[in-house]
This record gives sequence, structure tokens and C-alpha cells, in this order.
Amino acid sequence: MVPTNYLIILSAVLFLIGVAGVLVRRNVLVVYMSIELMLNAANLAFAAFASAFGALDGQIAVFFVMTVAAAEVAVGLAILVTIFRTRQSVDVDSLHQLKG
Amino acid sequence: MFFSEVTNQAGTFFYLAPWAVFFPVIGLLFNMAFGRKIGEKGVAMVAVAASTLSFVVAVLLWLSLRAQPEGTVIPLASWMTVVDVSWAFRVDTLAVTMMLVVGGVGSLIHLYAAGYMHYDVRYKGDPGRYGRFFVFMNLFIASMMLLVSGNSYLMLFVGWEGVGLCSYLLIGFWFEYDTKGNLSTENAKAGKKAFVANRIGDFGFMAAMFYMFTVFGTLNFDKVFAEVPAVASANPHALLIITLLLLLGVTGKSAQIPLYVWLPDAMAGPTPVSALIHAATMVTAGVYLVARSHVLYDAVPAAQHAVALVGALTALFAATIAVGQYDIKKVLAYSTISQLGFMVAAVGVGAYVAAMFHLIAHAFFKALLFLAAGSVIIALERAHHPLPEDGGAEGEHHGNDPEGFDPQDMRFMGGLRKVIPVTFWTYLIGGLALAGIPPLVAFFSKDEIIAEAKSADALVYWLLVTAAFLTAFYIGRQIFMVFFGEARSHAAEHAKESPWPMTSVLVTLAALSVAGGLLNWPRPYLAEWLGHTLGEVEAAGLNPVVAGTSATIAVVSLLLAWWLYGKRPLESAGQPDPLKRPLGWVFTGMEAKWWVDELYWAVVLNPYVALSRIAAAFDVRVIDETVNDTAWLTDFVGGKIARWQTGFVRNYALSVFVGVLLIFTYLLWR
Repeated sequence: MVPTNYLIILSAVLFLIGVAGVLVRRNVLVVYMSIELMLNAANLAFAAFASAFGALDGQIAVFFVMTVAAAEVAVGLAILVTIFRTRQSVDVDSLHQLKG
Repeated sequence: MFFSEVTNQAGTFFYLAPWAVFFPVIGLLFNMAFGRKIGEKGVAMVAVAASTLSFVVAVLLWLSLRAQPEGTVIPLASWMTVVDVSWAFRVDTLAVTMMLVVGGVGSLIHLYAAGYMHYDVRYKGDPGRYGRFFVFMNLFIASMMLLVSGNSYLMLFVGWEGVGLCSYLLIGFWFEYDTKGNLSTENAKAGKKAFVANRIGDFGFMAAMFYMFTVFGTLNFDKVFAEVPAVASANPHALLIITLLLLLGVTGKSAQIPLYVWLPDAMAGPTPVSALIHAATMVTAGVYLVARSHVLYDAVPAAQHAVALVGALTALFAATIAVGQYDIKKVLAYSTISQLGFMVAAVGVGAYVAAMFHLIAHAFFKALLFLAAGSVIIALERAHHPLPEDGGAEGEHHGNDPEGFDPQDMRFMGGLRKVIPVTFWTYLIGGLALAGIPPLVAFFSKDEIIAEAKSADALVYWLLVTAAFLTAFYIGRQIFMVFFGEARSHAAEHAKESPWPMTSVLVTLAALSVAGGLLNWPRPYLAEWLGHTLGEVEAAGLNPVVAGTSATIAVVSLLLAWWLYGKRPLESAGQPDPLKRPLGWVFTGMEAKWWVDELYWAVVLNPYVALSRIAAAFDVRVIDETVNDTAWLTDFVGGKIARWQTGFVRNYALSVFVGVLLIFTYLLWR
């Protein structure tokens, strides 16, 4: 049985990698992957706490997050394809038309 | 719906009352929608038919009232149930008398206008405006019918405002011209003046209604009148205030001192308008209002006295101005003010029947005089610059007329009795009727007023007698200047008689002016008839002393006019008036309308304009500046903050991340 502390630390590390990915990468696909990483870091924390407290609530939350993440990716990738078709690029910095 | 009344009141036509309003409304809607398609003749036919049907309704109501003189109330629809005001038509002898006058004279004038406007729109160069004229005229008939048949003060007020609106629209009918046809804002200003003066009067009327509602709790005629004795003993000041405020409304609508100044300017409207609205019907609304409210006025002698004095003073004051005018319509305008003064004085001394009698008589002879004056003006216009259909070339202008020729200026007329005989004879009958020569209608009606005034108030009596003397004089002066002597311009020499729609109306009105006296003499039919509503049957019959005196006064006055203007007629248009030398500054004052307009400008209008300027400056400098500066500040701050919005998603994500960090830091260090 792995101690809960280790799992939480792993979760935090994964989350920070995801944050760093969102902040520094310009490729939209990589940004997406980083977001997924953050979501799964959260999932890991849920699962870790669920097993630590012996309650199922956290595990159920994980299923919800996975479902929502799948839906988000489906929509997000669709948008991404459309953007690529019109702009021939997946660079997030080239998408700044809405600035004030 | 109103058809259900048929079963309730079998055998009478009372249920038709709302149609007196509906018919003209249908006519005007039809002309608004299809006026351009059906042409001039079609428009005129629809308008005349609408007005005539309205008159037919009035006649049917009259027939029904003969069998059931106590009358009835025809409810149509509810309006404001909380304050007990509904759309209901009151059919009684007073209302139907007014409806007969409005419908009868109104229809005749519609017919006349069908001929008159044919020329008028061509001289002003805009034939397309023919239809609009008749839309306004039908709207006027509808409003006036509403005014006289309403069952509450509020409904009366709706009609009151409606006729005021029509008056405004029709005075400014040629809003871009002056009376001579040059481009100017003169007519528009005249309309505005009428509207503003009436607004002051309406303020009085509305204030009276508000106060009446707080005191009586209702505006319904019957309910108010039933409460009057109780209120008179409990709160006599309330009645005094209400009646005096109503008097302010009367001075506005019926052109009495101090608000009469709008009526002479209202002559800017086409002549049929002057005849219908500003002589025969609308301006008598004030007289009707006082007669309708006779229960209120009878309870407050002080208010009655005020009404009588205002009327008598106006009668004399306006008559003096009429003596010094040269414009054929201005003379008649001041004459109208003066005659309205007679009526108001009559209701003031409690002679409601005499007032209504004179109102009817005045509707006949003053409408006749105005329409005949219109016939004169058109006759001169047609000779001055003939239309193609009269044998003139397009746009031709005869240069034979004296400098500054004005088809309404009596100094450019003269000798017209030979060229336009029908107009002359009808004008003569109208003039003699106005002067009070027996047996024409105003002899009876004016005598009744003067006889009643004699028994009521010496001051009012003498004012009215003097006014009656001047009345005969100014109308004599006008007739001699216009129709006798020799022509003083090319146009007067070659004037053309008007077509049949116009002359037939003149002849009809002349016949009414001759025979109208039969209404109340030798049998006091009108007094008995109105007695059903006004609740009094006056001791009728001619007072031989008063009748003899006033007939003598009229004859002497006409002889004086003949001696001054008929014996040695003016020879040229530029010659000064023969009265100028003997009367000196008095005549100058009459000519200048006693500088009342100038006085109003100096005392009221100029200070008001100055105040408006200050308000305008405050608006621009303070209010506008504040708003503009606020807008500038918002724009400036927004411009600075907008720098944060880079458009780069990663920047936003970074700020979110920093925000989250800050929140966590706060939570941990708390």
C-alpha cells in the first residue's frame, strides 16, 4: 500500500507540469495535452483521498471528470480543426483578434 | 355595444348619438387612405357627406327629443372606472341645439370650402393639399360633436382639446406662406400663438377639473350638479375657485380679455376655417361650457359677475379695434371677439337662453359674413392673376394693380356691388343682421341680451349698448368701403363672381340670417326648448323700449358710417381714413389694436424669452458639459486599462494562475 502522501505529491507534480505546459507552449495540441495532465492530476488526488478515507465519493468524482474531459476534448478538437482550416496554424499566439 | 340600446329605448333615435362623432371620423379616415386616388371631387363629396350625415344624426336626435324632452345618456364604453369616468353621450336640448348648429353650419361650410379650396390650393401652388384640408375639417366636426355631447367635464375636455388641435392645424394650413402668398413663417407663428394662448386657458380648465374632482369626487355633469347645493353651503370658496378657473378656460377658447389676442391672428387660416372654427362653432365652446355649468355659476354670484364683466369689456374693447382695421377678415375677427363678448356677458347675467340664441344667430350671420368675405377675396385673386381655366396664362401676373396690392385689404376694393352682386347682397344681409336691424336675426338675440343686462347690471348694460353702437358703425364702414364707391384697383374692377357651391351656401345662410329670429319670436320656442335642460323659462317677448332704442342706435350708427364712408368714398388706396383727422390718437390706437400685442411682448414674452436663454445656456454649459466630461473620463480610463487585454491566451492563463496562487497564499497565511 503506497502512502497517501506520495500520491498527493505525485499529483501536485503532475499538475504543475500541466500548468507549465499551458503557460509556456504555443502549440494548441500540446496545451490540450497539458490540460489533460492537470485533469488527471486532480483525478489522482481524488482517487488517493478516496482510498485513504475508505469512501467512494472521490472515485465517483473521477468518473465525472473523465466524462467531462472526453466531451471537452471532442468539442475542443472540433474547434481546433476549424481554426486550422481557416488559419493554417495551431499557434495560440496567432489567435489574439479579440483583444480590447 | 350601442346597438343594444335599440331595444331599451324603442321608438327613439337616441342610440344614434355616437354616430354624430363616428361619421366624420369615418370620412376623415377614408380621405386619409384614398384621398389621392379619388381626386378633388371625390374628397369633397366624402367630406361633405360625412359632415351632412353627422347633421342628419343631430336632426334625428332633435326629433326624438321633441317626444322625450328630458333627454337621456347613451353609454358607449368605460374609460377610467376608478374615477367614474366613461365614454357616454349626453342627449339633451342644450347639447342637441349645439349639435344642430355645428352639423348644419359645418355642412354648409364644407360645401362652400369644396369650391373655395379649389382656387386656394392653386393660388398657393400645391393642389395636393386639397385632401388634407378636408381631413382636418372632418376631424374638427368630430371633435366639436364630442365636445357638445360629452356627459362629463373630462369628455368635454377631450373635444375641447380636439378642436384646439384642428384650429392649430388649420390656422397653419399654409404654414410656409404668409397671407399674401410669400414664403414666410407668419402663418405658422399665428397657429403657434393660438395654441399657446389656448394652452393658458386649458391650464385653467384642467386646474378647475382637478379641484372639482377633489371637492365633488366626480366629473360627471349630473353628479356634480346634484352635489352643488351641499358644497355651496359647506365650502363656498371651492365653488368660487372652480368657476373662476373655468372662466380662464373660457377666455382662452372663446377669445375674451385677456387671452383674445390669438383670434385675429387666426385669420391666417383659409377663410372657410375662419368661418367655421373661428366664428361659428369652436369659439362658442366657452359660452357652451358656462351654459352647461349654469348650476355652478348660479350658485356663485361673484363668479357670474366676473363672467359678465369680462364679456362686456371684451365686447366694447374688440369693437373699438374693429373700427380701425383695414383687412376685411381682421374687421370680422374683432367683430367675432366682440359678439362673443355679448354672449359671455349674457351667460354672466344668467341669460342662458339669450346667449344660446345669440350663439345660433351669430353662427348664421358671422359664418355668412366670413364666407362672403372669402368670396370677395377669391374674386379679387382671380382678377389679380387669373388661372388658366379663367382665361389667364400660367403664372401670369397683372401689373395693373397698385403697389403693395393685398386681396384682403379693403382700401384696394370699392365698387364691388356691381361686379359680384350675389356676394354683395348676401354680405349686406349679414352686415345688417350683425348691426341689429329688424327683423334680421341678431336684432332679436342682441336685444334679449341687452334687455337682460339692463335688469341685471347697469355697467354691463352701458358697455354692451356702446359696443352695439360701434358694431353697426364698423360693419357699415366695411360695407361702404368694400362694395360702394369706385374700384380702387384693377382687381376690384374685374372681380369675378364665385361658382355655385359657394354662392348657394351664401344664399342659404342669408336666408337663415333673415328668418332665424322666428326661433324665439314671436313664440319663445327656443326658451321653452332649452328650458328642459336649463331649468328656467324666461319671461320672453320683446322689451319695446330696449328694442326701439337699439334699433335706433343701429340706424343712427349706420347713417354715420354712410356719412363718413358712403357719401364721399375713398378715391385711392393710399388715402388716409376719414376718421383719422377727427379722432387723432384714438384712431391710431384703434388701428394699432391698442398695442396689446406689444404690451404682452414687453410684460410677459420678452422676460420669458430671456429666462429661456438663461435656461438654454445652463443646459449647454453645465448639464451638457458634465455629461461630456463623464464620457471623456470613462473613455480615458478604459483606454489605459485596455492595455491589459493582449489577446494572447497564455497571458490570460498566467493571470489566472497568479490569481489562484494569490488566493492560496491568502488562505494559507490567514
